[in-house]
Amino acid sequence: MIDKLEAQLRPPATELPPYPPKFLMLASGEKMVIRQAKREEVPFLLEVIRPLISVERDFYDLVAARMYAELLGWYRYRVKDEYCIVGAIDGVVAGIVNGRSMNPDQGMSYHTIAIKRGLRVGGHLFAAKMEYHIEIIGHKEVFIVAESPIGFRRWILEFTLEPRPEVWHELGGVPTYVLTEKLWYQHKARLVAGRRPVPEDLLKTSKNLKLPSEYSQLQYQKGGKT
Amino acid sequence: MRKVAVYGCGMNQFGMYEGGLVQMMAEVSLAAMDDAGVDKVDAVFVGNMGGGILNHQTGIASALVDCLSLYPAAAMLIENGPASGGAAVSAAFMAVASGLYDTVLVTGGEKMRTVSPWEVTDFVATLTHPEAEYIYGITLPALAGMFTRLYMEKYGVTAEHLAKVAIKNHLHALHNPYAHVQLAPVMEAILGSEDALVVNPYVADPLRFYDLCPVSDGAAALILSSPEVGNFKKPPVFIKGIGHATDTHTVHERKDPTDLTAVRLAAEKAYKMADLGPKDVMVAELHDPFTILEIAESEEVGFFPKGEGHLALERGDTSLGGSIPINPSGGLKAKGHPVGATGVAQICELVWQLRGEAGKRQVKDAKVGLAVNLGGFGNNVVVTILAREE
Repeated sequence: MIDKLEAQLRPPATELPPYPPKFLMLASGEKMVIRQAKREEVPFLLEVIRPLISVERDFYDLVAARMYAELLGWYRYRVKDEYCIVGAIDGVVAGIVNGRSMNPDQGMSYHTIAIKRGLRVGGHLFAAKMEYHIEIIGHKEVFIVAESPIGFRRWILEFTLEPRPEVWHELGGVPTYVLTEKLWYQHKARLVAGRRPVPEDLLKTSKNLKLPSEYSQLQYQKGGKT
Repeated sequence: MRKVAVYGCGMNQFGMYEGGLVQMMAEVSLAAMDDAGVDKVDAVFVGNMGGGILNHQTGIASALVDCLSLYPAAAMLIENGPASGGAAVSAAFMAVASGLYDTVLVTGGEKMRTVSPWEVTDFVATLTHPEAEYIYGITLPALAGMFTRLYMEKYGVTAEHLAKVAIKNHLHALHNPYAHVQLAPVMEAILGSEDALVVNPYVADPLRFYDLCPVSDGAAALILSSPEVGNFKKPPVFIKGIGHATDTHTVHERKDPTDLTAVRLAAEKAYKMADLGPKDVMVAELHDPFTILEIAESEEVGFFPKGEGHLALERGDTSLGGSIPINPSGGLKAKGHPVGATGVAQICELVWQLRGEAGKRQVKDAKVGLAVNLGGFGNNVVVTILAREE
C-alpha cells in the first residue's frame, strides 16, 4: 500500500516488454550474459557504481554520479519508464546501461558504464541497449549524447549517428545525436554480438549478481597515478 | 672507437598519460638517470615523431633539457618515423663511441592519445609517399593488410598464425607492468566464436583488430656512456652492434614486396659489427605493430629461413621458454607503440633481460639481445645488438 501523496508523486508507468537475455564471448574467452536488471536489484547496482563516483579519469565520476541518481530515481519511482540492463561475467557485474522509453516511437538513452575495461564491454552493452529500444520496444529512434571522448567514438562515430542539435536531450540539452531504425540495421552486423537463448547453466550464473572484486579505474583516483 | 654501454633505463606504463609530452619524457629520463646514478649528462638525444602534429609542440629536446635543468647539455631531436627511438640510440651511440660526449641521455616519447584514432592513423600515414601513396588514401594498416595477403599466398601463413603472434605477445605482456594492454585474448574468441566478427573485426583484410597494436602514450629513456668514463650504479650492457639501412619510400617499387630488405641489411651490418650471428641471439624485440611483421622480421634477421617464421611460431620457438623468445615485453602489439618511444623501449627491455631484471618474463640466462626498430613500411630500419659481456 502506498499513501495518496506518494501515489501522486509517482509517474504513470507503461508496461515495457522484457529484454530477452543473451550472451557473447569476449576476446578473453569469458562469456558475458546480458540481461535486464530488476528494480529490486537497484540498491545492489548502486553499490557497484559508488566507487567510481570519485574517478575523474575518462569521466567516470560524471557518468557514475548521474547513473547513480538515475537508477535511484527509477528505484524510488521518480522516473517514467526507465529500464536497466547489466552485463555479468560469472555473475560479476561487468557493466551497466540504462535509458527510458519516452513514447511508443522514441527512446532516450541515458548512460553506459563499463566496470571491466579493455574488452569493449561498454560497446557491447550500448549495442544491447539500442537493440532493446529498436527491436524489442519498437522505437523508431533513440536520442543519445556522449559525455566522454570514448563514448563519442563508440556510439556517435561508430554508429554514424545522425546529429539533431535542435533536440534537447534529458541529460541537459547537450548536442543530441539520433540512432534511427535505418542506422541500427545498417550497423547491426558489424557492431552487435550475442546469441539467444542463453544456456540455462550460464543464465543461472547471472541470477545473483556479485560485486567486482577490483576496479582497475581506482588507480586513477584524484592524487593517484596519472 | 670507444666501447659504449647502457647504464640506466627508465620507462612508464604505456597507455594513456594525462600530463604533457615533455613532463612524461622528463619522468622516464629521471628514472634512467637514477638507475645509472648520474645527475648530469653531456647531451640529450630525443626520439619523437609527432610532437608538432599531435601535441602542437616542437623543439622538444630543448624543452626536455630545460624541464630537467640539464643545461648546458647539447640537445637534439631525431625524427625518423617510427624508427625515431632506434635512430636516437644510434646517434647517441656514435656520440659516445667517437668521444664527442662521455655520458648521454636518450629519451623517446610520444603522446598519441590526444587525438582520435582516425587522426592518429592519418598522422602515421604522413610517412608514406605523398604523391604515390598518401593521396590515394593509403594507411599503414592498409599497407600491412596487402603485405599480409601476399605473405599468406606465398608462404602459407594463416589467420591462426597471426592470432598466435597476438596471443603470445599478450601473454608475455601480462608479466610486464609497463605494457599498455594487460589482458590476453584467446583463439576461440577472436577467430572461432560466432561473436568473433564483432569482438575482433576486420580492420584491413586480412588483418583484424587483434592483429594491430594499440594507440598509446608512452616514453622510455636510457643512459649511455663508456666504461672508460668511470663506474655507474648499474653494470654495463654493451651495445655491440648497430646496423641502419633504408629501402624504397614506396612499397610497390620493391622487387618483392614481401621482402623487408632493409631489415635484412641492417641486421647483417649489426651482426658484422658485433662479430655475432643469429644463433648467438637469445632474446629479441622485433617491431610488430602488425602481427605479420614479427613473423617476417624473424626471418629477415636470420632466426629462421625465409617463409618459415610461422612454422617456428607454431613450434613455440618464439614464446618465453622457446629457443629464441621474441617480444618478451609484449612487443608493440601488447606493450603499445608510442612511435617515438618504441625504439628506446625495446632497448630498455633488452637491458632488463640481459641484467636479469625482467621478473616473470625473464629469458633464462640471456646474454645477447637484438632489437629491430622499423620505420615507414620497412624503409628505414635500425637493428641493435646488445650483450652482457664486453
